[in-house]
Amino acid sequence: MRIVERITALGHNAIEFISGFGRAGIMLWNAIVNVPRFRKGTPLLIKQLYVVGVQSFVIITISGLFIGMVLALQGYNILSDFGTSESLGPMVALSLLRELGPVVTALLFAGRAGSALTAEIGLMKSTEQLSSLEMMAVDPLRQVIAPRFWAGVISMPLLAMIFSAVGIYGGHIVGVEWKGIDAGSFWSILQSQVEWHQDILNSLIKSVVFAVVVTWIALYRGYQVIPNPEGISRATTKTVVQASLAVLALDFLLTALMFG
Amino acid sequence: MDNQTPNLVEVRNMSFNRGSRAIFKDLNLTIPKGKVTAIMGPSGIGKTTLLKLISGQLTPDSGQVLFDGHDIHKVSRKELFNLRQRMSMLFQSGALFTDINVADNVAFALREHSNLPESIINTIVAMKLEAVGLRGAGKLMPNELSGGMQRRAALARAIALEPELVMYDEPFAGQDPIAMGVLVKLIKELSESLNLTSVVVSHDVVEVLSIADYVYVVADKKVIAEGTPQQLKQSDNLQLQQFMGGEPDGPVPFHFPAPDYKKELMGENR
Repeated sequence: MRIVERITALGHNAIEFISGFGRAGIMLWNAIVNVPRFRKGTPLLIKQLYVVGVQSFVIITISGLFIGMVLALQGYNILSDFGTSESLGPMVALSLLRELGPVVTALLFAGRAGSALTAEIGLMKSTEQLSSLEMMAVDPLRQVIAPRFWAGVISMPLLAMIFSAVGIYGGHIVGVEWKGIDAGSFWSILQSQVEWHQDILNSLIKSVVFAVVVTWIALYRGYQVIPNPEGISRATTKTVVQASLAVLALDFLLTALMFG
Repeated sequence: MDNQTPNLVEVRNMSFNRGSRAIFKDLNLTIPKGKVTAIMGPSGIGKTTLLKLISGQLTPDSGQVLFDGHDIHKVSRKELFNLRQRMSMLFQSGALFTDINVADNVAFALREHSNLPESIINTIVAMKLEAVGLRGAGKLMPNELSGGMQRRAALARAIALEPELVMYDEPFAGQDPIAMGVLVKLIKELSESLNLTSVVVSHDVVEVLSIADYVYVVADKKVIAEGTPQQLKQSDNLQLQQFMGGEPDGPVPFHFPAPDYKKELMGENR
């Protein structure tokens, strides 16, 4: 009997997962398939770019700086043992561009902006603001979901690039200013080793994929929230956990495809 | 019901379930044009759900809801949105948008659905706010208003597009006597001056009966009584009298169904 119950529960969970995925897909499709309304949609998008992107700028910049500095310090200690400390520049740059930039930005974005998006939409639902939009014949998917989705997709790749650039500068501070590596060799080796397609374009592709997934999860969790305090709390937690796991899993997949 | 008045809304044999729990079973009611129709009933019988079914936010399991002859659950989403421009709803919480001020809340639907110049929109907003006594509060944010004022601001927003049908979801719940009196007066006056069709969902018996032209009492998944306020007051339906008189026990029991009390105290049911 217990085995039957477990199999039933497993089947139930599988159906729930698939139907949830379907609902999320329909929500996203309905939100982005609408013809953009430039006159009314642009101010909404600009506002969300500010909330989602600009307000995440400080945490991304500071994190990027410190991660670049730590990377350079650890890298210098190892590379100097082999007498190749001049390779610090490309080591820091490639680590940031290929992995840490897109991944850490996505994780920070999920914690900073993703949870805020879920809580905001969840509260809009619990205070009947989404229903009142419906009643005013305004599609909440177009008015609320679409601008937030595009704001996430536009701002996260830019934030990831800023993260990597600031991180490289952090590496320069530690490597060149502190440890005394020659500035010319730091930058010239970095420049010769970093490739446009292999490193920068792939970094951008990764962060666009992460942006879509993180923003999608955050918006879906907010839109499907059970409209009470416990429901909103659970939804924000789910956003951070699911978005972080999705980013890490997708990172492995993308890395295997790009560099494997 | 007055057969001379054409009906704006007709609910025909509508059934609705939440999971395995039936909320309505073969419910029938009509909302005549230009009248104030009240839907009353105890808490938790699905009065708000009924408004959401009438406005197409929820879909019934069977039956029809006709708005001016259109089956609200059969029309396309575009047609539904066109019909919704002819109706509006005053939510229990007010549901004002918290990130814009009161005037922008009232102007919201006008900016979405009309190409009127901003100067005319501002004039209409001032007129709507004046009607609810909040012209001086246009620049305030919703969280700076009291609960009663938020509901009045939401009422101004609900009538901004001059709809044919306004649905009021528990408009008097949680209001002090002054705010309640103001809302009763506003609903009555606005319905008459704008020739609105109004549906008031509430369990505040005295206030509702003072403004309603016709009343439906819903309980046990169906309409248990209907008529003019005068007819309801004279009814000998025990369930209705318990509700109208606010009796704690009667056909609607005080106790939630439970096993025998004595046996439980003696530990026989454990």
